[in-house]
Order: sequence, then structure tokens, then C-alpha cells
Amino acid sequence: MSANHDGTNLLEVRGLTKIFGALTACDHIDLNIAKGEIHALLGENGAGKSTLVKMLFGSLEPNSGEIFWNGQAVRITSPGVAKKLGIGMVFQHFSLFEALTAAENIALSLDDGSPISSIAAKARALSYSYGLPLDPESLVGDLSVGERQRIEIIRCLLQTPQLIILDEPTSVLTPQEADKLFETLERLRAEGKSILYISHRLEEVKRICDRATVLRHGKVVGHCNPREETAASLARMMVGNEVKAVVRAPVDGIETAQPLLEIRSLNRKPATPFSIPLKNVSLNVRAGEVIGIAGVAGNGQGEFFESVSGEVLQQDSASVRIRGKDAGGLTITGRRLLGAAFVPEERLGHGAAPRMKLSENLLLSRHATDGKAFVGSGGMVKGAAVYAAAQRIIEVMDVRKSAPDPEAAALSGGNLQKFIVGRELDRRPSVMVVNQPTWGVDAGAAAHIRQALIELSRSGSAVLVISQDLDELFEISDAIAVMHNGELSKPMPIADATFEKVGLLMGGAEPGHAEHTLETA
Amino acid sequence: MDITVNILLTIATAATPLLIAAIGELVVERSGVLNLGVEGMMIMGAVGGFGAGYLTGSPWLGLLAAIIMGALFSLLFAVMTLSLATNQVATGLSLTLLGLGLSGMMGTSFVGQPGVRLPNLDIPGLSSIPVVGKLLFGQDPVFYISIALTAAVMWFLFKTRTGLTLRSIGDSHTSAHALGIKVIRYRYLAVIFGGACAGLAGGHLSLVYTPQWVENMSAGRGWIALALVVFASWRPWRVLAGAYIFGAVWIGQLHAQAFGIPVPSQVLSSLPYLATVVVLVLISRNKRLTMMNTPASLGQPFVPDR
Repeated sequence: MSANHDGTNLLEVRGLTKIFGALTACDHIDLNIAKGEIHALLGENGAGKSTLVKMLFGSLEPNSGEIFWNGQAVRITSPGVAKKLGIGMVFQHFSLFEALTAAENIALSLDDGSPISSIAAKARALSYSYGLPLDPESLVGDLSVGERQRIEIIRCLLQTPQLIILDEPTSVLTPQEADKLFETLERLRAEGKSILYISHRLEEVKRICDRATVLRHGKVVGHCNPREETAASLARMMVGNEVKAVVRAPVDGIETAQPLLEIRSLNRKPATPFSIPLKNVSLNVRAGEVIGIAGVAGNGQGEFFESVSGEVLQQDSASVRIRGKDAGGLTITGRRLLGAAFVPEERLGHGAAPRMKLSENLLLSRHATDGKAFVGSGGMVKGAAVYAAAQRIIEVMDVRKSAPDPEAAALSGGNLQKFIVGRELDRRPSVMVVNQPTWGVDAGAAAHIRQALIELSRSGSAVLVISQDLDELFEISDAIAVMHNGELSKPMPIADATFEKVGLLMGGAEPGHAEHTLETA
Repeated sequence: MDITVNILLTIATAATPLLIAAIGELVVERSGVLNLGVEGMMIMGAVGGFGAGYLTGSPWLGLLAAIIMGALFSLLFAVMTLSLATNQVATGLSLTLLGLGLSGMMGTSFVGQPGVRLPNLDIPGLSSIPVVGKLLFGQDPVFYISIALTAAVMWFLFKTRTGLTLRSIGDSHTSAHALGIKVIRYRYLAVIFGGACAGLAGGHLSLVYTPQWVENMSAGRGWIALALVVFASWRPWRVLAGAYIFGAVWIGQLHAQAFGIPVPSQVLSSLPYLATVVVLVLISRNKRLTMMNTPASLGQPFVPDR
């Protein structure tokens, strides 16, 4: 390893190809990663980024092509081989064990045999020094997506790899957490480590990446220095044409519009020792508006969504009202029948059954509301109608896939998200509640989803969006409320809202006292 | 006093095969594999153990043969479900049916033959202490193995790194694979360990409990062991508790029947099952603990995408 001079490539990939059935996910990909650089891998959903990094990490085997590590030809046949070479990976779909603690999860990926107690201490120290606070004793099953991602990152850093692959690392971090991560990445670069950075956030790619390789439809379509590009020019390279900016027309007379979703003094005790109680949450979402809920991961947004969607029922049935009817005691299906639709945060396992086809997933969520269309006499499923509806959604949302009706798990994250959002939009619900609508979704598709949500509201529906992506909330919301520690602030009209005001509320400042608590952690 | 000691001894003898088979299956299920073939592996162990003991005259060789027989038989299951990714439930059921039939055929010449019995432990001085001597130092060797095995499995699963790895595979085999853990290899070893335990439990039946060969002599104990693992929410000490509750109520109701208690014998015979279920359900009320201990990938075939 030490025989190489500075400037030689740590990793070279030549002609790497992966074929799934009729789809060539990666088509003769060339990629060079130098020592001590942060290299961005850009591309839309389904462009082949995930497939490429899976081959680099040994969880997929290429059909053809070569990989050179420090100038030596290598075959990365398993993740174990990749780890031995010095390749670490932070996954987009987490590879954590829910029934184990954070420390145990970290211990599993370290091979040095150190006792779990010492790993817990090490992980705690490392996580705080990198600004990603972590309780090693907590059970992963109780943690939010953002907190899980911290474990993934810490786990990878503890292995001290030469090359770190980060797949969408900042999508669930607050701006401050992301800043800390960038400091970490810059520190790692200064130590001579290389980083392969996959992100849809072009601004941050411009900010920290030295070089970029752009993929489109499985092929390399360009290399560039992101610092010399603009976000728009990068997006154009990825998509192949201009990305349409989201348009949000102002609405008049919203004050007099009828509230379709009413939350009244919603309280909820913590379900597990690690979860957040909801304290007296009240909110009205009126016909024609989009309300955004901002907040740092793990401040009760998940608990709030569960209560609104009916995954958890309320004692007080008037605490959630949909279209003027008490819905707190109704199940998800009951609330759907009142005209509401829900898109949960977790795509696999929550939003969709991973091992079922898209058409089956469609039927699962809409068999009751679209009973007439999808279920015939005697409870027989109208397979052709369901299939046709699934194909319609696939077309409207531009879902890229390798088979006509693939299993949900076979889609890339962003494509599955497009399908799940599309599945609910297709119903034209009068109340739409979405948690993290564009997590891990590329710029083009995210714009598509955001525009669709705005249009839904303008056609007379109430839309509630919970997101950790502030840019997104400012783009689509008519008013923004902030959730902190299980409490919800009053919605702030978008005209009055600034990043700073919202950021302070996210940090726990009382509205009105914001100016006294400027020192954020 | 003697009666009490004797009853306690018979309880231990009744509980030992359940405990061993269940502890083996617990390790298998903790790795995420559901092997419903416990009954079949047990009966194969019983016939192998009896045969080897009968032919060589050595109960110890018999016990060894029982273990090997169970392990070999489980290897068949492992190849089918792990290498060929067949359905675990169907494969396990057919393993039980195959074991029951095959053992009957292999054992035709053993029926009615006198078997050999593993001698009880006899430590001069200690074993003759009144009451405790017999209970602590005068039981059959497999009893001590079963207790040691439970302690060893507890230590292995919760105190060692390999145990942690095994549990992680049971929780999510895809995550484990992504970390570079050799999922299939671990599962092979777990299944074979479970088979060896079931074989040992079978050997206990034909070399200690009733030292003879009778067709179907496992009499559903493999199924009870399987149920114990689930009701004990995959915790070794609860399996131990469950096995002994079952053994105690089983022996108790036999005595009750002998005394002629005016309760239908069918009701009495069902008591051990009922009591075990009730007690184990009561001790696993803590949902959080149950969630932590249930292997989430149980029964799902693992095929790494390549």
C-alpha cells in the first residue's frame, strides 16, 4: 500500500457493468478516486449509483469490468473483502439491527474483538467529537431515521477505512449536523482518506467535493469540478435537461377556508422509554394550503405522524378531526375512508411491503377506499384493474424499474418514494399527510413530488408535510410550524418565516424570546 | 422424604430431553432459521443411540452415536434450506415425517431387545448424603450436560462476540450480509448444533429414560421443545424454567392419576401443556423485552443478491 506516490489513484474502476434481466444498471462505468479527495457521484434515481457502490462494496458482483485498488487488480467478492481492503460504507437503506443496541450494532462491524463496553465508550466519545450525539445503550428499534444514520456514520468511522462511501448522508441531518459532518469529512480528507460522496443536494456537493462523476441511465455522462459549476448546471448534467423550479402560487382568502384536518390538544404518552411524548399539539390545516412541520429528527414528528395517520389510536377521539368528523378513534382505513391519505417516512416496511409487487402494494393501501374499482363481487380482486392503476401511477410519477410490475424492494429508494406518493395522490385525497416526502429522492423527482403536493392543495385539499429538509419546506409551505421535544409551535406564515427564525425554534427557543438564545449547539 | 426425592428425580429426568432439544432449537432460531424437524432429529438420535449402545455394549458410544445421528440428520435440513433456499416450514415438517419413518425402519430388529443404560453419577461420599446427595451428585450424566449446556448457551449468546453475531443474523440477515458476516456459514453451524442437541435428547430417551427401543418413542417431545422456545421468547433461562414446569406438572398429574383423583384423565394429561403456556406467557409480558429477543428474520430464506 505504501509503494504508491501521492496523486496516484486509490481506486480505479474500468468498464464495470452490471445487468439485471433486461436492464443494464451500470454500463461500462469508469471511475477514478484519488487519495485524499472527496469525489461526488451524481445522478438521478435509477442512474446506477447505488448499483455501482454496491459492486464497490462487494454486495453485488459485476458482470464484467475491473477494479484496481492501489494499482492492484482486485475482486471484491463480499463486503468482508471490501472491509479488509479498507473500504467503508454508510448505507442509504440502513443496515442496522433493530433489536440490538447502538453499541452492539457498532461492535458487529468491528473485527478487533474489543469488548462491547469499550466500544460503547469509544462510540460515545467519537460521536460527540463529530457532533453526532449518540447514546450507545439505546435500542436501534426506538431511534428515528436521523439517529440511525448517526450510528451508521460512527460505525463506518470507527473502522478507519481508506475509502469511505457515503450514500445520501445528510438527507436526514439538520443543517448544523450536516455542517459538523462536513467538518469531519474535511478532517478525514486532510488525513489522506478518500471519500465517495453520493448526494442529491447539489449545494453541498459544490461546497465540499473536489471532483464529480455524473451518471445517467447507467452510463458516465461527464466529469467536472463541482466548484466551477452551478447547482443548475449540475442538475442539467444529471437530468439531461433543465429541472423545472417548483411554483407555488399564492392563495387568497385562506383565513376563511374550511379546516379539513384539525388537531386539537393531542397528547400522547411515550410508547417506549426512548420515544417522545406529545404535549398538547394543536393545528388546523385548511382546504387549499400546505402546512410544513420542521424539526430536528427525533423530536416527536414520528409519534405525531403515527397519531394523525391512525397507526396509533387516540383516547380522545376529538383530538384528530378529518373533514369535520372525529377521527381519533378510527383506524388508518377508517381515516382513509374519510378522505385522508398518508405517506409514512419509512418506505420499506411501512410505506410498502418490500416483497410484494407494486400492484399488490397499491391494493393493500387502497382496497377499502377504492373498493368498487379494485374488488369485485364476492371479494375477488380485479387484478387487471389494479395492474392498470399501478401502471398509470408509474407513468404519471415517472417511476424507473427493471420489470413491468416489480417487487417494491427491487426499486431504488427514490423511485419507490415516487410510487408511494403517487399511489396516494392518484386518489385525489382531501387531506394528505406526508412524512419526509423527498428523503433520498433526486432533484428532478423531488421537484415533481413537491409540485404535485402544491397542486393537490390548490385543487382544494389540505396538505400537511413533515420534513427535516428546510429548503423543501420553504419551497412548498404556506406556513411552517416547528416541532421540538413533542411540542408544536404556532404556524408561521411563509412571508414572515426565515431560516433563522425556524432554526431557532428547532433548537428549542421559545417564540418571541428568540433573540436571547442565539448560541445554538 | 424419599418419595419427594424420587419425585424430584423423575421430574429432572422428564425435563432433561425437553431442555436439551429446546436449547439446541433456541440457538437455531436465534440465527433466524426455523427447524420444525426437532421431533425427527430426536427420534433419529434415539434409534442411533440405542443401536450403537446395543451393538457395542457401551452406553457412552451410544450417546455419541445419538449426537452424530442428530447432527447428520440436521445437515440434510441445512443443505435444503440454506444452500437450496427451500421453505423452512415445509422442509422441517418433512424432516420430522422422514425421521419418524426412517427410525421405525432402522429399529425393527431392536424392538424388544434389552438396551444399555447410562449409569448414574456416583461420587463416593457425596452421592450418599441424604436428600441433596442424590439430587446433586447422583443423577444421570445427561442431566448435568443439560444444565451446563444451558449455562454455556446463555454465556455464548449474550457475552461473546460470536453470540452477538449470531443474534444479529437472526435479527436481519440482509444487514448482516452487508456487514460482511457469513450468514450461511453461521446458520449451517447453528442448525448442526441444534441437530446434535436434538440427537442428544433422543439418546437420553433410549439410553437413560427408558433404555429400550420403541417406535415413536419421542412421543411429541420434539414439538413440546419447539413450543417451549417460542413461549420462552428465545431466552435460555426461560426455556429451562419451561422445561421443568412441564416436567413437574407432567409427573404430578401422573401421580394424581395413580391416586385416582376424580378428574377425567384427559384433563389431567392436558395440564402440563396448559401450565407451561400460562406460566411462560405470564413471564414474557414485557413487550419490549419480547421485541428485543424475537429473531425478526425467523423462517425467511436468505438468498444474497448477486
